[in-house]
Parts: sequence; structure tokens; C-alpha cells
Amino acid sequence: MTASAAPSALGDPPAPTWADALTVPSRRGDRWFGLASRGAGVSVVALVSLVGVFLVSQAIPALAHDQVDFLTSREWSVGGDAPRFGILEMLWTTTTASVIAMAIAVPIGVCVALFLTEYAPTWLRRTAATLVDLLAAVPSIVYGLWGLVVFRPVVRPVEDWLSTHLGWFPLFAPTGITGGTIMFIGVVLAIMILPIVTAISREVFAQTPTPHKEGALALGATKWEMIRTAVLPFGRPGVVSAAMLALGRALGETIAVTFIVSTLAAGSGWTWSLLSGGETFASRIANNAAEFDSPQKTGAFIAAGLVLFILTFVVNAVARVVIERRKAFTE
Amino acid sequence: MSATSAAETAQESRSTLARLTATRRAAYRADVVTDDPPQLTRGSATRRLTDQVARVVMWASFGLAMVPLVWILGTVVARGYELLLASSWWTTSQRNINAADVGGGAIHAIQGTLIEAAVTAAISVPLGIFTAIYLVEYGRGRLARAVSFMVDILSGVPSIVAALFVYAVWVTTFGFQRVGFAVCLSLVLLMIPVVVRSTEEMLKLVPNDLREGSYALGVPKWITITRIVLPTAFSGIVTGVMLGLARVMGETAPLLILGPYTKSIATNLFDGYLPTLPTMINQDRSEIGLASAMERMWATALTLILLVLLLNLIGRWAARRSTIAS
Repeated sequence: MTASAAPSALGDPPAPTWADALTVPSRRGDRWFGLASRGAGVSVVALVSLVGVFLVSQAIPALAHDQVDFLTSREWSVGGDAPRFGILEMLWTTTTASVIAMAIAVPIGVCVALFLTEYAPTWLRRTAATLVDLLAAVPSIVYGLWGLVVFRPVVRPVEDWLSTHLGWFPLFAPTGITGGTIMFIGVVLAIMILPIVTAISREVFAQTPTPHKEGALALGATKWEMIRTAVLPFGRPGVVSAAMLALGRALGETIAVTFIVSTLAAGSGWTWSLLSGGETFASRIANNAAEFDSPQKTGAFIAAGLVLFILTFVVNAVARVVIERRKAFTE
Repeated sequence: MSATSAAETAQESRSTLARLTATRRAAYRADVVTDDPPQLTRGSATRRLTDQVARVVMWASFGLAMVPLVWILGTVVARGYELLLASSWWTTSQRNINAADVGGGAIHAIQGTLIEAAVTAAISVPLGIFTAIYLVEYGRGRLARAVSFMVDILSGVPSIVAALFVYAVWVTTFGFQRVGFAVCLSLVLLMIPVVVRSTEEMLKLVPNDLREGSYALGVPKWITITRIVLPTAFSGIVTGVMLGLARVMGETAPLLILGPYTKSIATNLFDGYLPTLPTMINQDRSEIGLASAMERMWATALTLILLVLLLNLIGRWAARRSTIAS
């Protein structure tokens, strides 16, 4: 019995034994199960591809009717026979607000991650990490509400000060916008993406090999010098990909931005000022969801969504490549 | 006193020497012994100062990160708790309640949110778990890499894009109405990556000895997975599902595009209306000047946060009960 079972395990045609009588039906189960899991995997690939295909296929007819250049125009009027719409202004608002968010959240997030891995006393570590994760659990609409009602009046004087004292600098030129400015959106987004930066950086910092850290300390490094020479170089790819993932999240954030954004009147002049308003891709789509009544209008908004999809796709792919390269390096 | 009592002049020099030695020894001890063990030398003043500054900066950033958390939670609780104390909040809907009326109920939105989350989970949990099983137990080569890459991309897809995609399929292509089920479909897109990633991590943690032991007993692969691997990783999978649900429940963008709000109870996902907590907040936004609307918004936000926190707590509790060390 055992002699006949051994070769079958090596791939020879199985001899009919009593053991096969037990296992043959379930091998069929094996095949189904394998197929099901493979099918699930394939369906995920298909889903993402379909997202791209459908967005492109519905954006193209709308773009064909566009009377102005889609990439460089600031106009957005999608109704009627001669729609004129372009993304320049949304692109500027979206990327600027996201970059501001990143500039604030990445340094602070990295410091918080270092605090959690290196500085926090052991009793505080777990609680502190949970508290930071809680920030991610707050629904984004609550950030929007809080930003609009509570946080805005606090930031307002700071922006007034900037425009009074640094108004000669184009980025801080006064615009008379009292609602949510690009800078304010950036600050709120920074709070929202902070837990993402922290969680990923913390994970990478915690993986720093102990010999590296102990080696640095043994050579007389202070704690900060140890972090600078051992922890940070090891974690740099992780921090870069954390920043990219957070940027992706900031680019696509919808409802919080929709709550706090100040929509500019059509035809208002171009300004470089961060204290101006303007719509992001996501907020414009969300604000006009009620307008989706003709294929032409819908197509225009889908075209804007497609640009947003491409932006986040690129940013996330870069993050993925960076972290993959690190894996190859450490393994 | 005893040191100078007998022969003062003769012992003067010796006692000076002894005192000097003692002070040197004390200084040496202070230098070496009282320092932290790893720091045998104290380093230059600048280096020590930099180190201290870094320490302060780290603590300060943590404190800074806590400010918005405390601020937001504090505001939501302080401004929203009163409506939650009334039993009508949990038993009635907003039917016949105008923006200027105080209070009303949230049961329609709570129900809607729970139904939406349950249907989303029913679709995305099996799909996500099977995908994770494929990645860990079966996947080799190019397809596995493609699946893994796409899961990453999917986790970065903004909710508004997922909603637009479903709109393009459901409404534009198939010509259906905007209904709650379409919202669930777009939320599935957002939940799958969370489930896949957390399940994948947990399956990877299951020791290979268990699988090999099972194979050695002649147990087929699929029974090994369903009876040995999945139960071992169960609590971790629950954690992932709960965190995914928490994210999905707080989403608003797909609801704006695909799930019209109503003030009455609506439980049919194919009926055209899906009242949920996020859209209930959004509903009162246009009347934000009214104190009653504002209070209702905070109360709804508090209800939503409580729901999401509850799921998070269950998830963390499941994680702590995990049978495999993470």
C-alpha cells in the first residue's frame, strides 16, 4: 500500500488504492477551488482594466465635441451644443492643495512614526499608535464639517496675516476669498493623510535591523545620530512610497473638499495665489452630480474623472515600484 | 571632625590629597555611571543639544498630531450628543421634519448605512478572500504579479472615480436608474483591496508546518485551506473586514452620484432611494445657517463616528485574540 502511494505523489499515474477512493472526489474539489481563487484574482485585474476602459470610452465622445483644448482651458460649461470645458484650473487646485498637504503631513508623519518606534515609552507605544490610527477612522465628511464650521475661522486670521505681510509674493497675493482657500484645503487634507504617512513609515522603521542601530550606538552616536545614520537611510524608500500613497489619497479626496471649497465664479481671472478658491476634480464632479442628465454632460465629468484616475494611477504605481525595489534590496 | 583631631599639620597634605581624589572619583562616576548605558562618552555639547532638540521635536509632532483628533472628537461629541439622548433619534426617521425643525430621527439613515455595508461585504468579502488565497496559496508568475499590482492600484482608486465607473456601467451603458445597489457595487471596488491585503498578510503568517502536516496526512489542498489555513487566520481576516467596512460606511462620494437621499425609511436597494448617515449630513449642508440643521449635522456625524468606531473596536478586539503572532 505505502509502496504504491509513494510514486503517485511523484506524479506517476495513480494506482487505484483504497486511499484514492477517499481522495479522488475531493481532488475534483481541489480543481474547483483552485479555479475559484484564480477566477477571483482575474476578476480583480479585469475590474481595474474595466474602470479604465469604461471611463475612456465614455470620455472620448464628449471630448470630441469639446470646443476648447481640454488640457489647457480654464472654462467649464458642459451644457448646450457647443460645450467648452478644460481641466487646467482643476488640475492646478488639485495638485497644489495635495502638494501643500504632503509638505505638511510627510515631515510630521515621519516624526510621529519615529516617535512611535524610537522615542515613545513602551507603555505609551500601543495606545499612541491606536490614537493615530483613529484619525484615519474619522469619516471624511466629518473632516469636511469640522473644517467648514470649526477650523476655518481659526485659520482665517493666519491667511489674512500672510496676505497682508507677504502679499507681494504671488503665492500669497490677496484675493478676497473668505471661504475655503487652496491653502486651507491643503491643511485639512494634511490632517487626513497624516495617519497614512505615519502607519507606513512606522512599519518600515520598525524593520530596521537591530545590529545597524546597535552598531551606531556602539560607535558613540547619540539617539538622533543613530536615527539619522541607521533608521532613516533604511526607511527612505518606505517613506517615499508612504508619501506617494498619501498624495494619491489627497488627490482623490472628495467630500471633505466639497464641503470646504470656495467655488470661483465663471470667468474669474487667473491667479497664482494659494489664498484663492477653486474646484478640485473630485469636488467639481461631486458638486455637479445632479447635472448628469445627458451623455454629453456626463461624458465631460467622466473625462475629468479619467484624468484624476490617471493621476492617482501614476502616483500609486510609482509608490509600488519604489517599495518593490526596496524589497529586492533587503531580501 | 575625626580627620583633623589628632595631628592637624601632619595630616593636612594627606587629607587634601584624599579630598581631591574623592572629588575626582565622584566626577568620574557622575560622568560614567549616571549616563545611559549605551553612551559611554557624553559627546560634544552641540551633539547633545541636537539630540535633545530631536527628542523634543518628536514628542511635539506627536502632540501636534493629537490636536485635530481631540478637537474633532470633542467638537462632535459636545455639539451632537444632545439629540442622541432622545429615544426618537433611534426610532424615527426624518419624515415630515423640515430643516428648521429640531431633531427628528436617524433610524432611516442608520438602517440604510447598515444595509449598504452588509450587501457590500457580502460581495467583496468572498471575492477578496479568494483573491488573497490565490495570491498566497496558488499564485506564481506573471498573473500573480499582475493581480497584486492591480490590488495596489485599486486601493488607490479615489471613491469618486469608482462611483463614476459604476455610473458609466450601470446608468449610461445599461440604462438602469440610480439605486442603492449601484452604490454597493462602487463600494465593493473600495473594499476589495482592504480585504485582500489584510487576508493576504494573515495567510502569510500561517506557519507552513501546518500546511505540510496536513498534506502529509493526504488531505487535499482545498480542504487544507478551508479547514486548516483559514481558521488559523480567521481573527485577522475579521479585523480586515471590519476595517474595510468602517472605511466603506464613511464614504460619501458614491452616494452623491448613485444613491439619492430620502428622509423616509427605504430598505429596498433597487427602489431608487438610499438614505445613509453621510448623505443625511450632506442634506443639511444647504441649510447650514439654521441652528437646528447644524445640530442635526453634528448629531448625525456623532452617530456615524460611533458606528465606525464600534466596527474598529470589534476589529481590534479580533486582532488581539489572534492565534498566530503578528
